Amino acid sequence: MSATAQSPKVQTNDPAILGFVDCDVHPYTKSPADLDAFLPKRWRELRQTIGARSRSPFVAAPNYPRMSPGTGMRMDAWPEDGGHPGSNLNMMREQLLDAFDVSFGMMMPLLGRGGDSRDVEFGAALCTAANEWEAQTWCDPEPRLKAAVQITTEYTEAAIKEIELRAGDRRFTHVMIPPRGLEPLGRRRYWKILEACAANNFPIALHLGGTSGHASTGGGWPSFYHEEHPSYPQSKEALVTSLVTEGVFEHIPNLRVALVEGGFAWLPSLSWRLDKHYKRLRAEVPHLKMLPSEYIRRNIWVTTQPMEEPEQPDDILATCEWIGWDRIMFSTDYPHWDQDDPRYALKVRIPEKEKRMLFRENALSFYNLTV
Amino acid sequence: MTIPMPGAIDCDIHPALPDTRTLMPYLDDYWRAHFQMRGLDRDNYDAAAFPANAPINARPDWKPAKGKAGADFQMLKTQALDGFGLKYAICNVLHGAQAIFSEDLSAAFCRAINDWVAKEWLDRDPRLRASIVVPMHSPELAAREIERCAVDARFVQVLVWEMQEIPLGRRQHWPIYRVAEQLDLPIGIHAGSSYRHPPTNLGWPSYYLEDYASWSTGFAGVLNSLISEGVFVEFPRLKVVLMESGVTWLPAWMWRANKTWRGVRAEVPWLEKSPADYAREHVRLTAQPFDSPPNAAMTRKIVEQIDCEDMLLFSTDYPHWHYDGGDALPDGLPDHLIQKILVDNAMKTYPRLKDRA
Repeated sequence: MSATAQSPKVQTNDPAILGFVDCDVHPYTKSPADLDAFLPKRWRELRQTIGARSRSPFVAAPNYPRMSPGTGMRMDAWPEDGGHPGSNLNMMREQLLDAFDVSFGMMMPLLGRGGDSRDVEFGAALCTAANEWEAQTWCDPEPRLKAAVQITTEYTEAAIKEIELRAGDRRFTHVMIPPRGLEPLGRRRYWKILEACAANNFPIALHLGGTSGHASTGGGWPSFYHEEHPSYPQSKEALVTSLVTEGVFEHIPNLRVALVEGGFAWLPSLSWRLDKHYKRLRAEVPHLKMLPSEYIRRNIWVTTQPMEEPEQPDDILATCEWIGWDRIMFSTDYPHWDQDDPRYALKVRIPEKEKRMLFRENALSFYNLTV
Repeated sequence: MTIPMPGAIDCDIHPALPDTRTLMPYLDDYWRAHFQMRGLDRDNYDAAAFPANAPINARPDWKPAKGKAGADFQMLKTQALDGFGLKYAICNVLHGAQAIFSEDLSAAFCRAINDWVAKEWLDRDPRLRASIVVPMHSPELAAREIERCAVDARFVQVLVWEMQEIPLGRRQHWPIYRVAEQLDLPIGIHAGSSYRHPPTNLGWPSYYLEDYASWSTGFAGVLNSLISEGVFVEFPRLKVVLMESGVTWLPAWMWRANKTWRGVRAEVPWLEKSPADYAREHVRLTAQPFDSPPNAAMTRKIVEQIDCEDMLLFSTDYPHWHYDGGDALPDGLPDHLIQKILVDNAMKTYPRLKDRA
């Protein structure tokens, strides 16, 4: 797939960057009403009256206000003709897809509140509508964009139906699950959904954001976005811990999981910690046949944005080696305020082979993409 | 590194309260009658965050034939104080007293435990020191209890749990920090939860192994809260000690906190320096468990990344089981750091240790 090349490419002398795979791109609706075209009448009326209700105090604002308008958008990404950043395909091409000759953009829609709707039937309908919207609005005119199958994990039958509906449709490459669910994802009640993902050869992408209604620290609700944003790695740690200790990867050895937008420098320490304390407490989890770190190494991938920035820049190399270069995939998070630019995100020289893996090859393989 | 380590200061040992009935002589008349009337003395208010018989909390050779690990003074004396050649050891009683919902009952429990520790432990060996347990959800009663106990110089620290009703930096807690700073008492923040919230922000996990793993993520949240709210701006002399927190998560936390601060600092304009710099100045960690990487070179790398020789404090974590024999320090620590970890850092962190030195 080649770029349309209608927009100028960025200046870079690094050939590994052009043609990269972006593992975190956010398409937005111009207005929430955009989904109405894909909603049956009953749900369209509900959306227009009571609306989707999650587990937070505000109708349409996050618990923790961001530092720029539009819930933390890049200031130069507001389309001139109106609408939300990320809602205009031409602008997305100009700023991202064409500019970097992106091979594939893996979409992670953050809209509709389908995944965390308290009314699970409505949530399932919103997910179906958002999936259809993704495919028709984005993938059809721009095949480089790949759609997420959005599901609600609180309605098992509907989630599996949606996964099976999209299986085989090459526009859809991954199942997207909000990691902050009602319970940690490794719990048995979610296994049928996880089984369906693996059975249909969908990797799972877990993108942070939102709230499940649980305090975002184990010690209660913080005051500031300055605390909320760095609580994302803590969610990822709990997620990995749950998937591993519950035995998900023993039960579904071919399940592939990508952790999106939660950082990654915490992963080695978590692996050491789990291995150490597993040795004392293994009688509690006899279903594990390998060390926790071995399941992590086999079944977990990470995306890079927001890029880790060690105080000594070279330390990023050790972190990547400890995780495994074949498990790290580049992402920009377009069009969010803290988006990473592939030209500048890495502050140190990465060996060519590893750079190709990080910018492209790992993602092609993880998402079953063929160029 | 093996025992003995003559003169080492052990910043985290856990004497165990044998049962609630043991506290009866330490309650005033009102509360003794109250305990009796409701049968509280027959209930077990041990902390669910630390099941007494879980292998990780009771090293086999440190467990008495009868009773809880840590409940037998003679064993603790022989195995920890004499065995490691300790100069001082700080008693941290992990008990559900601090999680009781009623502020009044919680405060009564805490007072009794503090008096019990002084009489049954501190009076029996001059090497023992203790932390003051407080009802953190009741700042006024907590501050009063700190002032009451601090008259006894053998109390060297305030003990709270990392996961409580509201994040520890929140300003409701500041009366506690004010009195602690005035009285030269660091705030010792120990692993564990009063389970007002699930220990993970994804909800309730299934296994104790998951709860235990979550303690280190809780500490990251604690630091984010203490620093963001401006505790160390308001109380520039305050030290906090993270106990049984693991250590190797710290560099990744520093990088993330610094990066967030660079982007989001407009929300917390009172901060005068980066979160990592606040941590290096005000935060200390006990070194058990360390959550070591697979080899010594990687441990050295982590220590370099922490980039502060004052932060780590020695602890045996007696009677918890993180290592065998006397192997209480992780491999790979540089030699010049070891003396600091064993003695110097604790002496600087706990001004009250000097009082009797």
